[in-house]
Amino acid sequence: MNAPVSFAESKLPLLLGALFVIGLIAPFAVYPTFLMKILCYALFACAFNLLLGFAGLLSFGHAAFLGTAGYVCGMMVRDVGVTPEVGILAGTVAAGLLGWLFGWLAIKRTGIYFAMITLALAQMVFFLAIQIKETGGEDGLQGVPRGHLFGLLDLSDNIAMYYLVFAIFCFGFFVIYRTIHSPFGQILKAIRENEPRAISLGYDVAKFKLIAFIISAALAGMAGATKTLVFQLASLSDVHWHASGEVVLMTLLGGLGTILGPVVGAATIVTLQTQMPDSVGSWVTVIMGVIFVICVLSFRRGIVGELQALIKRSGVN
Amino acid sequence: MTDFILETRGLTKEFKGFTAVSDVNLKVERGTIHALIGPNGAGKTTVFNLVTKFLPPTAGTIHFKGEDITHEAPAVTARRGFVRSFQISATFPHLTVMENVRIGLQRKLGTEFHFWKSEKSLNKLNDEAMALLEAVDLGSFAETVTAEMPYGRKRALEIATTLALEPDMMLLDEPTQGMGHEDIERVVELIRKVSANRTILMVEHNLSVVANLCDRITVLTRGSVLAEGTYAEVSKNPQVLEAYVGSDNMNDAHH
Repeated sequence: MNAPVSFAESKLPLLLGALFVIGLIAPFAVYPTFLMKILCYALFACAFNLLLGFAGLLSFGHAAFLGTAGYVCGMMVRDVGVTPEVGILAGTVAAGLLGWLFGWLAIKRTGIYFAMITLALAQMVFFLAIQIKETGGEDGLQGVPRGHLFGLLDLSDNIAMYYLVFAIFCFGFFVIYRTIHSPFGQILKAIRENEPRAISLGYDVAKFKLIAFIISAALAGMAGATKTLVFQLASLSDVHWHASGEVVLMTLLGGLGTILGPVVGAATIVTLQTQMPDSVGSWVTVIMGVIFVICVLSFRRGIVGELQALIKRSGVN
Repeated sequence: MTDFILETRGLTKEFKGFTAVSDVNLKVERGTIHALIGPNGAGKTTVFNLVTKFLPPTAGTIHFKGEDITHEAPAVTARRGFVRSFQISATFPHLTVMENVRIGLQRKLGTEFHFWKSEKSLNKLNDEAMALLEAVDLGSFAETVTAEMPYGRKRALEIATTLALEPDMMLLDEPTQGMGHEDIERVVELIRKVSANRTILMVEHNLSVVANLCDRITVLTRGSVLAEGTYAEVSKNPQVLEAYVGSDNMNDAHH
């Protein structure tokens, strides 16, 4: 009975290894900036999935972490003049701290109220971003230099920048993978499955949720900070609630609660968004809406989730 | 002097003008199996939620092993060795049976917040988890995903997970509800087995289970204690018989 599970698990390292190799050679086949955009959103979606897929917490304010980290990184690199790795670290830490505050407030409630609190807090961040002078309002933070990694490696070269982004993505992905498959991750899954029971077994569920929230926020921030360096711009659209909605779509489309689902979802959505406007113009939002409805109605497990179920079925028969 | 492990004084819970539990003074003696019975809506589950801190009381105090736990967080109370079950079987459905029991065992490793450690570090609990599963006759199900097990087996798993905490006192909310005859017998035997050196407080509708398992019975109606005593005493009480007319018939239990 456990054969399909161990089948999928034994094949996972192989699959990840293959994807890693593809990631290494990809910039020679595909436009690197496009790949970097996919990787940034993939990390963002993976971070979001840690919270929704494994802790059962629907945050509707993750744009705040993506965007805030972008602004912090942009200011540190452009105005303070730090090296890019310090800028990314600063953005990550800032998002983590903001996540601490958001999480601390939001986990006092569950379900729709939790989601609404995160949305409301994220809207406050958006309001601040548009009002205060330092963030550049509608224009965002422009002209952020990519700089030299550790003061040595020139990142204005797209291939060099790509490998930095790829390394950051791999690091973030590993952190998430490890968190899910850790003693902490076990309890997180237990809370997702049956919260009152986890309490009755003596676990302070609020602490577990808060730690998960902070990790998720920090990694979402890491994605945002990296994205700022790639595009040399911290944009207002990254703190907009659209970004919070998009990450929900990416995760659901790819497969909620699967380790690779958010990556597939992010790649699909970014590809559609980048390629479609040439042929269909502003219809792109309508097409995304239709995709979302089809996904939720007919393949709720998402692309990766459905594939897993297919493999499992064929393994049983 | 009798040793009461759990004691409530004047326990009261009001929900917006409706009194669900009113001035309940419950005393549970250490080492006994104590039943809480009463018609539907009598407040049995509310009492459970109150003493395990899942609901805050409107008035009254709760004492466990002589200590006032009235204002404690539920997880803290659980860590004292006072562990509850739920009316609907409380398992983690998408984890395996083995993982379910390990969740119960995991806290004593002290690594529950270690998100940087591999879950392989939990494998050292496997032997202990297996022993608990064997004790409730679930050894052969260890690798099964919990959701795929029959209902009666899930209740056994729930008890195994609770036992993992080595609780001094267990609260069981309708452990035989929705079960067929064979499952009921199995669970009754299991409860009898695990009651050694433990105190058990259970809500139960099935009066034949109460009659042959429980040392003491408290009857609740409309949120108040109507009677208390052994099964023989309680089943002869005219007020109790009256309360049960039209719902469960107390005398049916003897047949």
